[in-house]
Amino acid sequence: MATSQTKENVVQMPDAGPEIAVSARSITKNYGSVEALKNLSLEFPKGQLTSLLGPSGCGKTTLLKIIAGLLEPTSGTVEVNGHEVTGPGPDRAFVFQDFALLPWASVLRNVAFGLELRGVAKSEREGIAEKYIRDVGLAGFENSYPHELSGGMRQRVGLARALSVDAKVLLMDEPFSAVDEQTRRKFQEDLLALVQNENKTFLFVTHSIEEAVYVSDQIAILLPRPSRVSEVIRPSGFRDKGVDNIRRDPEYLDIVDRIWASLKSYVE
Amino acid sequence: MNVFGLRLPAMSSLIVWGLLWELIGRAEFTFFVPPLSEVLVTLYEVIGTPAFQKALGETAYAFTAGVAFAVLIGIPVGILMGKSRLLDELLLPWVNIFISAPLTALVPVLMVLFGFGMKSIIITTTLFAIWIIILNARAGVLQINRSLVEMARCFGASPLDAFFKIYFWAALPEILGGVRIGVIRAVKGVIIGQLLISIVGFGALFELYSANFLMAHFWAVLIVLFALAFTISEFLAWLERKVSYYAAKR
Repeated sequence: MATSQTKENVVQMPDAGPEIAVSARSITKNYGSVEALKNLSLEFPKGQLTSLLGPSGCGKTTLLKIIAGLLEPTSGTVEVNGHEVTGPGPDRAFVFQDFALLPWASVLRNVAFGLELRGVAKSEREGIAEKYIRDVGLAGFENSYPHELSGGMRQRVGLARALSVDAKVLLMDEPFSAVDEQTRRKFQEDLLALVQNENKTFLFVTHSIEEAVYVSDQIAILLPRPSRVSEVIRPSGFRDKGVDNIRRDPEYLDIVDRIWASLKSYVE
Repeated sequence: MNVFGLRLPAMSSLIVWGLLWELIGRAEFTFFVPPLSEVLVTLYEVIGTPAFQKALGETAYAFTAGVAFAVLIGIPVGILMGKSRLLDELLLPWVNIFISAPLTALVPVLMVLFGFGMKSIIITTTLFAIWIIILNARAGVLQINRSLVEMARCFGASPLDAFFKIYFWAALPEILGGVRIGVIRAVKGVIIGQLLISIVGFGALFELYSANFLMAHFWAVLIVLFALAFTISEFLAWLERKVSYYAAKR
């Protein structure tokens, strides 16, 4: 009950078009003679979760890494909150598919590592890290090492690290693809709560249609060779019906079917 | 290992080989091999002498300095080679040549370049140890998980941060492996240097003992040297095991 009330307050956004946090403008990326992305433009509304969905090899991770500043586009620009991206910056944090944790460091140091690199004093950054470790449900594991944790717990560490630097934009590269199905469902529910409670913009790469439809405010379908955005879908009806009801909502099912119909021909 | 239900402590096989040595010595097949007991008694006598202690001091000095240079230069060079394609292309052929080259043949050249003294011995030691350290540090960096590097970039790591907080630690298991083999090679280097360049340290003792057919003395010094090299190598192997928990998961 309580959750549905808070949701009502949040969903009151005017439909006139929300503010844009990240915009990619005519991005082209070539690897030698291979065109990975061609003239791709896409906008990511502030405070919402946008999924990049497409068959493998469609360049969704490439696009995410260009936005992160890890890759340079061959042409085109990315703007994050009005500033052009020239490299990685403190306004964006990244959650990696394979977690990218330091295996020689404890959970606490891993979570605080982003702050450590920014020169935040040890006691301060550990205080912040402890808060986010608690938030992602890993209290009591501060002094464990990554190899002592399950895959799901490791990704929680990766998530806590990305949250603790307090970046406005969270880039997630197939963050749940390496964890088991049950953990993945729990993660998806937690992610919905996160999008609501944190005033951040989420960019989410996934190859799972159901996952994309379940967590997204906006789904960008990318088609390969060369990649371009074929369609942008904005589910509207089921977001405020509660996490447990989404999967049997007719609109949810319709969108899943529609996306599958358009992606089907690209599956080898 | 278990023999007849008895659990034998590590390295018990040394007892067998020690006994064999003793037997061969007692049988007096050759004067080159005195009984182990005689060698050990001589060892005990020799250790207290100023000549031995001076030799130990000189050897330890040359060895420590040589290994220190090899480690302090080798690890950063190896890491940088792993990071930079250009540097790798420039240096890798030389590293590969030197790692397989008969370095002993180079020692006379070093003598001409650096004189007949400690300096040349230290450089010889370094030359014996450094190449494998470079190669291993390089291999360690090459197998680093790409996403660890991207993670560091994403969170704003400076090149120096990345070097000390990511590359060094991620390559540490390989680096330690390289240092361990390098140290074993440095033992060769320091003795060969002492024998060929200037007759000092253990090199001088070997020369003295073998020239005078003091075989018990000769073996005693050799045992000391082997024990030292073995101890250092085991210590490094222990360090390696301490970081091996993450070697497979980087």
